[in-house]
Amino acid sequence: MAYDVNGKVIEHDEEGYITDISVWSEDLANVIAKGEEIDMTSDHWEVINFLREYYEEYQIAPAVRVLVKAVKKTMGVEKGNNKYLYELFPYGPAKQACKIAGLPKPTGCI
Amino acid sequence: MEDQFEDLFDIEGVKKKFMFVNRKAPYGTIYALEVLEAVLISAAFEQHAAIVFVDDGVYQIKKGQDTKAINMKNFSPTFKIIEMEKEDADEDPDMDMVWRIIVEKESMEARGFTPDDFVIDVEVLSSAELGAFMEEQDVILSG
Repeated sequence: MAYDVNGKVIEHDEEGYITDISVWSEDLANVIAKGEEIDMTSDHWEVINFLREYYEEYQIAPAVRVLVKAVKKTMGVEKGNNKYLYELFPYGPAKQACKIAGLPKPTGCI
Repeated sequence: MEDQFEDLFDIEGVKKKFMFVNRKAPYGTIYALEVLEAVLISAAFEQHAAIVFVDDGVYQIKKGQDTKAINMKNFSPTFKIIEMEKEDADEDPDMDMVWRIIVEKESMEARGFTPDDFVIDVEVLSSAELGAFMEEQDVILSG
């Protein structure tokens, strides 16, 4: 199973998470997002970039609680809640956003 | 009936003192990683926690780990989340959550380490002090 990014083949597992996180690119993120029926806006990218930076530093995806707190800090109180994250990523902020960000599937349930 | 359910889901006031005892080297078994996951989960429920490193467990937080040759992910950076949670709890007066990160003195010294060798800030307690502190805990999980 694989994504096609401008003719380049990127392998993924049965749920769509890429198997080699080092091959991620913004083009790939757009391809994955399309498959998830998400139109990427700057608000989406804000979350994706935060996830990638957090993973880079701590080698693990953040808990949703931590993600909400970070969004509140950088994007304002009105966006710092679960509802806002679910509007961006309807099938679960952790699972869907991590998939687009090219990170491994989180162990939690959302 | 309704009251019964209210009781069931009223977890607001439940707060216990958890101690997580890390005794094993970071790689080779799954214990270290599993305990770390449990610690991070307890943060979500704002529980009190003491994260303790004894015996070979002190290797888990050793600086400069290179796991390339054993084809494992180096998860020592993840311990910094524990430090961050502790700082958050210490700084937020509304948060009733006390966290301590402890290394047993004897285990540390037997392996030639000092607190500067670790990826996170730790408190050093002697075996006797740690034993006394253990007595105060509600739940002790060891791995």
